[in-house]
Amino acid sequence: MSIEIADHVRDIPRSGIRDFFEIVQTMDDVISLGIGEPDFATPWHIREAAIYALERGRTGYTSNLGLPRLRRSISDYVRKKFDVRYEPLSEILVSVGVSESIDLALRALLNPGDEVLYHEPCYVSYAPSITLARGVARAIETRVEDGFRLTASALEKAIGPRTRVLMMNFPTNPTGATMTPADLEEIAAVCIRHNLVVMTDEIYSELTFDEGRHTSIASLPGMKERTVFLHGVSKAFAMTGWRIGFACAPTELIEAMMKIHQYAILCAPIMGQDATIEALERGDESVAKMRNEYQMRRNFITRALNDMGLDCPKPKGSFYVFPKISSTGLTSREFSMRLLNEEKVAVVPGTAFGPSGEGHVRCSFATGLDQIKVAMERMAAFVSRVSSTKP
Amino acid sequence: MDAIIDLLQQNALMPRADMARLLDMELEEVESAIAKLEAEGIVLGYQAIINREKYDTDKVTAIIEVKITPERDGGFDRIASRIAKFEEVQSCYLVSGGYDLLIVIEAANLRNAAAFVAEKLSTIEAVQATATHFRLKTYKENGAFHLFESVTERLSVSP
Repeated sequence: MSIEIADHVRDIPRSGIRDFFEIVQTMDDVISLGIGEPDFATPWHIREAAIYALERGRTGYTSNLGLPRLRRSISDYVRKKFDVRYEPLSEILVSVGVSESIDLALRALLNPGDEVLYHEPCYVSYAPSITLARGVARAIETRVEDGFRLTASALEKAIGPRTRVLMMNFPTNPTGATMTPADLEEIAAVCIRHNLVVMTDEIYSELTFDEGRHTSIASLPGMKERTVFLHGVSKAFAMTGWRIGFACAPTELIEAMMKIHQYAILCAPIMGQDATIEALERGDESVAKMRNEYQMRRNFITRALNDMGLDCPKPKGSFYVFPKISSTGLTSREFSMRLLNEEKVAVVPGTAFGPSGEGHVRCSFATGLDQIKVAMERMAAFVSRVSSTKP
Repeated sequence: MDAIIDLLQQNALMPRADMARLLDMELEEVESAIAKLEAEGIVLGYQAIINREKYDTDKVTAIIEVKITPERDGGFDRIASRIAKFEEVQSCYLVSGGYDLLIVIEAANLRNAAAFVAEKLSTIEAVQATATHFRLKTYKENGAFHLFESVTERLSVSP
């Protein structure tokens, strides 16, 4: 028999990243700038704390919302870093990565047909997560001229009668875009006027450079009560494999998200939760070290890309650069495929992050400097070859 | 300046042009900053970290605790520098606790190391007592690991 798949799942297109990953998998000696996770192992003091917790036999389920001690740590950390106060026992939920929290929040908020806006190019899961929650995904294109920031006018234009939620991700994967407090105030005003809920994925917030302080939209007046603040330890603390994220939101929404979470997942793994307590309470120095390293690599890679003739602004956050490659006369996909085949360097076509990523590729600098250096030499050779044969 | 020192400590051989790109500086700025560090004696030298498990395996490293009688004039400094001047001595520190100097020596073999302690070090008048610990195995040296962590296998492309 042939098994029938639910329409809304069947109709989700295959991920562009997955396609590309499968091609890269078949090749040897590829230098990959296509990796969206830190190249550092989790700092030793965090790993060691997790080992100690295991030694003490901490291996069971936890409260559905997460260990109370961890939720207190999260509350303190968020207050200190983002200037918003959340009640540890009722306004915080610990999830399996931020990805799970996004899914929970969307499922808790949306009735079939409700619209969710998100800015594009963006992380690959947003649109499918909305669709899976029976919502309607509406992309707002951001433009290179605006530094890929979301503008209030573009937002205003996209809002329709069924728009319920705005999803944001600053610093942005893949563009590295950041928002100033003034930008956020304008967005906040529009959200309040149109009564939108804001889901803000701030997973890269610790990785902002040049002493630029990150501001969360949740900290602006009138926003906490309509915001789902999403964050986790994966990127800043190099803890991707531990799968710990968290959502901070008004009690009634956390309660609703918990209903789904308790039946679908029960709780996030306790090992990750114990490690996260150590990370949030004593991880500042480790994060600062890694941030400094990323910042130096960012300087290196942006200069190298600009030197080879690709227009690449210096991102103020995340560990991605998003150079413009249209000057080569190739599409994002052609550029990425040929670079892979001819020079064995993997970058991700901008279109994997939505149609508005055309003309760009994403290069991650969460890779050792030695590798970045060789990758840049090969890429420079490729660009000069392609540009000289351009019709 | 701090950032340059950090990079030199991680890898003193890093091409200066790479340093310039990492720090968003001009090559000439980096070169002159390093020259200044050297001239001011902030950077004393550059050395290779040798894996003794793989090279010159007969060579002996010992850590020696030395108890000395300080002098009325100059305290520990003159005796410490007298000890430090021996070729065998790689490092020499004044430390707090049960003894005064902690020295690290290298010798071609066990016999030479023993001879250094018995004939040179212990015979200095101010030296009251010594305790010698021989290195058996090195795990980490100057921040570099001799036994490496496993390389994390990351997916080759991920979102």
